[in-house]
Amino acid sequence: MSKDCCCSGELDCSAERGEFRETNIPVVSTTLSARDIFGVLKVRFGIGRMDYKIEPGLYAVGNPDDNSPVLVSANYKLTFDALRKELSSLDCWLLILDTKGVNVWCAAGKGTFGTEELINRIEKTGLSEIVTNRKLILPQLGASGVNFNEVARRSGFSVMFGTVRASDIKQFIADGFKATPEMRTVKFTTRDRFVLTPVELVSAAKNSLFVLGVLFLVNLFAARQFGVYDFIAYAGVVLTGTVLTPLLLPVIPGKAFSWKGWLLGLLWSIFALWRFGWFAQGFGILAAGYLLLLPSVSAYLAMNFTGSSTYTSPSGVLKEMRIALPLIIGSAGVGAILVLIQTLIIGGAI
Amino acid sequence: MKPNYLKNVATLTLDTEKCVGCGKCGEVCPHGVFDFVNDKALITQRDLCMECGACALNCPVNALEVNAGVGCASAIIKGWFTGGAPTCDCSGSECC
Ligand code: SF4
Ligand code: SF4
Repeated sequence: MSKDCCCSGELDCSAERGEFRETNIPVVSTTLSARDIFGVLKVRFGIGRMDYKIEPGLYAVGNPDDNSPVLVSANYKLTFDALRKELSSLDCWLLILDTKGVNVWCAAGKGTFGTEELINRIEKTGLSEIVTNRKLILPQLGASGVNFNEVARRSGFSVMFGTVRASDIKQFIADGFKATPEMRTVKFTTRDRFVLTPVELVSAAKNSLFVLGVLFLVNLFAARQFGVYDFIAYAGVVLTGTVLTPLLLPVIPGKAFSWKGWLLGLLWSIFALWRFGWFAQGFGILAAGYLLLLPSVSAYLAMNFTGSSTYTSPSGVLKEMRIALPLIIGSAGVGAILVLIQTLIIGGAI
Repeated sequence: MKPNYLKNVATLTLDTEKCVGCGKCGEVCPHGVFDFVNDKALITQRDLCMECGACALNCPVNALEVNAGVGCASAIIKGWFTGGAPTCDCSGSECC
């Protein structure tokens, strides 16, 4: 067991300190330590989120025997934690594939949570000697990477696709490996969406540093300085595009993500411009510029959230982008020019 | 939330002739796209399909076809720039 991966998350240190079963299979706990939870927060906010992985291989939960069920999952630590904390009082095996620290859904799309890796991992861990049953339970969202026929043919194990959510796994096992349609369906709840927003916000904020740098340079020559109000107006659309739109996704009218982001961005922009008195005389060009620029920023950021959703089809996203991107770029471009004209040439107090 | 994205874009097709009604597509689909009528699969919710490819990959008789890929705007943009197929390199993230 290599130190760098597991010990960062604490979880397998116990195994490393010698809590091995006679077969040398690490036993994992089904409760998360404070450090695991802190790790989750770090990942959610995009701080050092790379390489948050655990060692692939076979793990034991509880006290499994040769007839206990085998659950298959990814070696992304958040996925692993989310799974193991649902397994309390169960005796089972966990076969962790090397997905390069990527969650099941993403890895299945890439093929790392895939047929080949599964067959390899079965061989490497000597699973067929450890268990006598020949059943593997895979997360439902892994099905786009794994061909059950081929796994059966080449490894002798039959694959069952379990549930979408780890929280349904216990029920699935208790019901004799049967999933209700409900358990098989992606929901993408408000909470699901909420936990994904911080990372979008942090990455947008990072990119915004560049914008701030440019504005700082512009200020050196400006007839009207960019100030805290401009910053608030801008920060507002970034929040709108990365947090508010994803949260309110189902209630905002329309379908395309960029449209939804644009709509909320426009509302915010109108409000901000009104609050800051930029609808007054002398600021016409600035107001027009911001009304073109700000909502398109929010539209773009919202469109990027398609990557986090689990229901947007590539064909749909492509169609949305073909229409939205030219509009976003055009509107943002013209808007930026207008804002610069007011700032560099016309000026104005505030 | 009931997912509700663009209509009439999914590339999913089903060859009913070939279908042997094994039910696998219904088992793997995370959006309840399929129903079963007269021991054959039927696409009843095409607009919910997110083109993940799970059904086509696991259909034992290749009765299903879909242009599978990642529905992720930044991945598609990256694909345009690099000239390759869209991939998400959001290592370790929950996205895509
Ligand atoms: S997986 Fe293929 S053969 Fe089986 S029900 Fe679906 S379409 Fe028919
Ligand atoms: S491609 Fe995915 S979402 Fe679409 S029907 Fe097949 S399994 Fe369902």
